[in-house]
Amino acid sequence: MPDSAIDRAAKDRIGSLQAYALLSGRALANLFRRPLYLADIITQADSIGVGSIPIVLLTGFFTGAVLALQSASSLATFGATAITGQLVSFSMIKELGPVLTSLMVSGRNASGMASELGSMVVTEQIDAMRALGTDPLRKLVMPRIVATVFMLFFLTILSDTVGTMGGATTSILLLSQDASQYFHSAYQSLRFGDIFQGLIKPIVFGFIIATIGCFYGMNTKGGTQGVGRATTQAVVVSSVLIIFSDFILSKLMISVFGR
Amino acid sequence: MAEAVAVSAQTKPPTWSEQHPGEPVVSFENVYLSFHGKSVLEDISFEVHSGETRILLGPAGVGKSVLLKLVNGLIKPDSGRIRVFGQEVETMRERDLFKLRANIGSVFQEGALFDSMTVRDNVGYRLNEERVDPVEVERRVTDSLRFVELEHTLDKFPSQLSGGMRRRVSIARAIINRPELLLYDSPTGGLDPITSTTIIQLIIKQRDVYQTSSLLVSHRLQDAFMVATHRFNREKNAMEKLPNNGIEESTTFLVLHEKRLVFNGSTHELVHSEDPFIKEYLS
Repeated sequence: MPDSAIDRAAKDRIGSLQAYALLSGRALANLFRRPLYLADIITQADSIGVGSIPIVLLTGFFTGAVLALQSASSLATFGATAITGQLVSFSMIKELGPVLTSLMVSGRNASGMASELGSMVVTEQIDAMRALGTDPLRKLVMPRIVATVFMLFFLTILSDTVGTMGGATTSILLLSQDASQYFHSAYQSLRFGDIFQGLIKPIVFGFIIATIGCFYGMNTKGGTQGVGRATTQAVVVSSVLIIFSDFILSKLMISVFGR
Repeated sequence: MAEAVAVSAQTKPPTWSEQHPGEPVVSFENVYLSFHGKSVLEDISFEVHSGETRILLGPAGVGKSVLLKLVNGLIKPDSGRIRVFGQEVETMRERDLFKLRANIGSVFQEGALFDSMTVRDNVGYRLNEERVDPVEVERRVTDSLRFVELEHTLDKFPSQLSGGMRRRVSIARAIINRPELLLYDSPTGGLDPITSTTIIQLIIKQRDVYQTSSLLVSHRLQDAFMVATHRFNREKNAMEKLPNNGIEESTTFLVLHEKRLVFNGSTHELVHSEDPFIKEYLS
């Protein structure tokens, strides 16, 4: 009996999930095989990490600044403007720093990976690479995963820092709050669980960005139109997965650390 | 210099064909392939022997390129047996296929050069991956590019080359490690007649100078018959028509039509075939 449309759709989805898991698993397994392609990892780290610094700095700074601006007016109602620093640093380090940095990097790099690899697929460069005896998962995918995970970790720290500074700028210059009070409340209230939570997220998000970008790129079909479609899908899916996994991770971390 | 070459030739390990005389380099047995439930190739069986050039003809979109990708394991068949250098490609792991492909040169339809690399890096790609000494890589890249008469393009990027030049660089990349099997996927597709003739001359040169076994996909009859009716003259460094309307015996034909091989034989048999499709295709 031929498959119905629902059967085919279900099989396609499960097949895609399987292909994604295989791509991620094989690419990671290549970390422990020779050659390591260290030069490609460094090139990708430069492109993904260093290239993303300006947008991460701008996003982080203004997010922290607007957070202080919005929260200060609410906190003033309860006479609690003294904890503006705590609120900004909590929000930036636990949530906004990792999530916004990841979304920015996803918009810039998941699309870049999908379009670059997709173009290579439609012009048969991936097939040529395989025909020349090189595993594209090792040469192209693994360096992108390693570089994204590694660089997103440090970009998030950068974003957390400038976000807190952005909040300080608003609090001190616009809201006339005391600088030492802001930084004291921002620093003293932080616990290990908060920092750990804020630093485990970029590792997961970086993995999502790189694997989704590479997966859609490597599975591009249908010429230049297909490259465009793969690019869009990579950004949409990685963004949604980042937000979804943020919820799961937050729930898990709160249950472990109680905050 | 001549002594060095002679010593090198003496110490060169025997090729697979020398170790397995009489065995086909490529063998397809009842191969079937489908994509998303739609049949593409059915019951394909043929062989390519050592030193043989087999030209695969057929209308556009009939599955010629797909068949070529089955040979080096870029695609796996649904059923049937594909043996290349005595190894069963359809059951091999990708990791093992990489080793097998070291002995196969592939020329893709549009060249498939890496557009972010120079011609030097494209041609020397395989050697660089094998961590060969850079001086040796440079020498072999230059030799390979000299074969296709493009040694002046070393530092150019593929986007700076014409379509014909890109195909020639692709041939240089395919032959750099002297593979025992060459796969040409429509090497003259989309090129003007003069450039096509240059590419065909290179294919004939490779066949006659190195006796490399090859499988050539084409939908251009004039190119296919040129390969079958010409030889390479080393003294003139040019191809010439075989005397007395001769036919190159090591060059034979396969014709693919509606998923199946409808012809497998010599040039003479092809032109005298009574098959209605082949008669119409050749006319």
